[in-house]
Amino acid sequence: MTTFLGMPALPAFGSGNLFAGESFPKAAHRELGNAQLRANLGHATHTIRDKRQAVVSELPDWEQLRDAGSAIKESVMARLPELLEEFEKNFTARGGVIHWARDAREANEIVAGLVRETGETEVVKVKSMATQEIGLNEYLEEQGIEAFETDLAELIVQLDRDKPSHILVPAIHKNRTEIRDIFLREMPGADQALTNDPPVLAMAAREHLRRKFLTAKVAVSGANFAIADSGTLAVVESEGNGRMCLTLPETLITVMGIEKLLPTWQDLEVFMQLLPRSSTGERMNPYTSLWTGVMEGDGPQNVHLVLLDNGRSAALADEMGRSALHCIRCSACMNVCPVYERTGGHAYGSTYPGPIGAILSPLLTGIEAEENNSLPYASSLCGACYDACPVKINIPDILVHLRSVDVDSKRGARKVPSQMDVGMKAASWALSSGKHLGLVEKGLPLGRLAAGRDKKIKKLPGIAGGWTQSRDIPAPPAQSFRDWWAKEHKSAAPSQAAPSRDDKEIQQ
Amino acid sequence: MTAREDILARIRTALQDSPEAPQIPREYRSESGMETEELIELLVDRLVDYKAQVAVVAEAEVPATIASLLEGARSYVVPEGLDGGWLEGMDDARSRRRVDSAGEPLSVTDLDGTDAVVTGSAVAVAETGTIILDGSANQGRRAISLVPDHHICVVKAADIAGILPEALRRIDGTRPITMISGPSATSDIELERVEGVHGPRRLDVIIAR
Repeated sequence: MTTFLGMPALPAFGSGNLFAGESFPKAAHRELGNAQLRANLGHATHTIRDKRQAVVSELPDWEQLRDAGSAIKESVMARLPELLEEFEKNFTARGGVIHWARDAREANEIVAGLVRETGETEVVKVKSMATQEIGLNEYLEEQGIEAFETDLAELIVQLDRDKPSHILVPAIHKNRTEIRDIFLREMPGADQALTNDPPVLAMAAREHLRRKFLTAKVAVSGANFAIADSGTLAVVESEGNGRMCLTLPETLITVMGIEKLLPTWQDLEVFMQLLPRSSTGERMNPYTSLWTGVMEGDGPQNVHLVLLDNGRSAALADEMGRSALHCIRCSACMNVCPVYERTGGHAYGSTYPGPIGAILSPLLTGIEAEENNSLPYASSLCGACYDACPVKINIPDILVHLRSVDVDSKRGARKVPSQMDVGMKAASWALSSGKHLGLVEKGLPLGRLAAGRDKKIKKLPGIAGGWTQSRDIPAPPAQSFRDWWAKEHKSAAPSQAAPSRDDKEIQQ
Repeated sequence: MTAREDILARIRTALQDSPEAPQIPREYRSESGMETEELIELLVDRLVDYKAQVAVVAEAEVPATIASLLEGARSYVVPEGLDGGWLEGMDDARSRRRVDSAGEPLSVTDLDGTDAVVTGSAVAVAETGTIILDGSANQGRRAISLVPDHHICVVKAADIAGILPEALRRIDGTRPITMISGPSATSDIELERVEGVHGPRRLDVIIAR
């Protein structure tokens, strides 16, 4: 008899709206041409950045809260199987029903099945990144079920048949006039005298959705947190559309990634301080709803939760990258990111834009997925995202790590060494000793010839051409520093000159 | 293999390096040490900042304050267990008042046709201007404080906590909980805050000493 020790299973990557249709550089290049988009984004991200800074500075213990938040999430990842089981036990004991979904397709089928059981063909939805990730609305439509987004920004995006471009403010790329035009065009019975005043537009959305809220039998939501020791789910929102969806319908179906757990009720005190201040820049968001299974006589009596993997277990397998799963979707990182501010969210392709998207999407789909392997390069590595992250996800380090995974995954895929391989080999030789580098520097003056009269190199050959596509290189100096040093110090102190040092020592 | 077994197995495989759960450093504040008057002042400041209206009155003044806030309301709803005495002297039980109870819950249409709602509260957080409802008898089920456009909420001074950790310690997490910080609001258009979307557009808080 043999004992089956188990093959190390291949990671199960995610599916759905996690892939870019084109590479980031290509998409970013196009988006950069949109001056209106840049103006809208610049205004919005700077506004929210200032608000956030103000309320964060108010708290004397902000850094201690970040430390606690980070440690709690690290602990969740380390104890994920037991915490999921504990949550399941407590939520189920109070009349909730748990479903598990390996990927987007499975989650969509479960939700559609649950809606079908109710006999309804319409659902109201409260904004949810998880359902955006799995493409639930599109799937439901194929099944003859209409899903109505009720968050104002999601409604704008849905009416315009557009895609969200920001985690917190999905319509951040649109200004008030563009929004008014969408309402006039797409909202049945919209007042033709509608102005572009935000309160007027908000009231139009209220009118538009009121009847839906009061008659809906089924609602679909996401969840911000799931507390293991009490079996409680939480939705954090502002407009009251969340409360409407979570309270009035008979059936509530929630879709949530498996990483959203908190171990204890006490941990909520940390995250309810970190999240609102980091996301909307408020001391507290207007409404937070918490529910634990079914409460007789209050709210939906059929309560379901779909626990979604969709690549999260694969991301968890990456020891360095797993902390990307600590993300509480506050969007602080994208609001401070110089790259996001210029390209907007659509350039990232996936449901998750900005710095967190640049690490989360490739972790969920695998960096081998060609659509996402350019994302870890969509950053200047300035580190602003790490400073802003309320749970201290070291996004710059993970970006660099994923770049190396990307390079490694391509190694050996080609029979002929690439220009990059050759270049790196040459650099490795040149930088391995001072003597080698000195030899290479002898060739520098050649660059002056290439630069020509204006002292600028405008076009480099091969892959180095990527660098000169958007900038010039100044001509190298006539003399290398090494030569200059040798010449300057020759007469003064010949015994201390560079050649006496051992190159081997420098290497170590 | 069921999806459940499969996902749990995948996670266990992913954690083959056996990461250790760290000790949680809880050096953040867990007590504010504020006195009642300080708490009231801070809560008022924060609520006003959210564009809620606030009145600080003696317990005995609560009925008169409620009555004046309800002027102009054609109808209002109260939970069955609203603290006795808060509606004293208001002899409008038959004409304007609608009582919501577990035995006779109002329909959504009824609630939509009601102008205002009066509830108590479980606990409040001064630092963040947050009022927490937990569905107890004097607050009623969640729908009644949501659908009517005007919410009048009474907070007892003794129920004000300084900071969030203090407040959450006083709450049973398994109850249906709503945390309210000001009236309904949105910032979805150019990040400009607009009060009043789907929830009550008017929030009046009465702090009873």
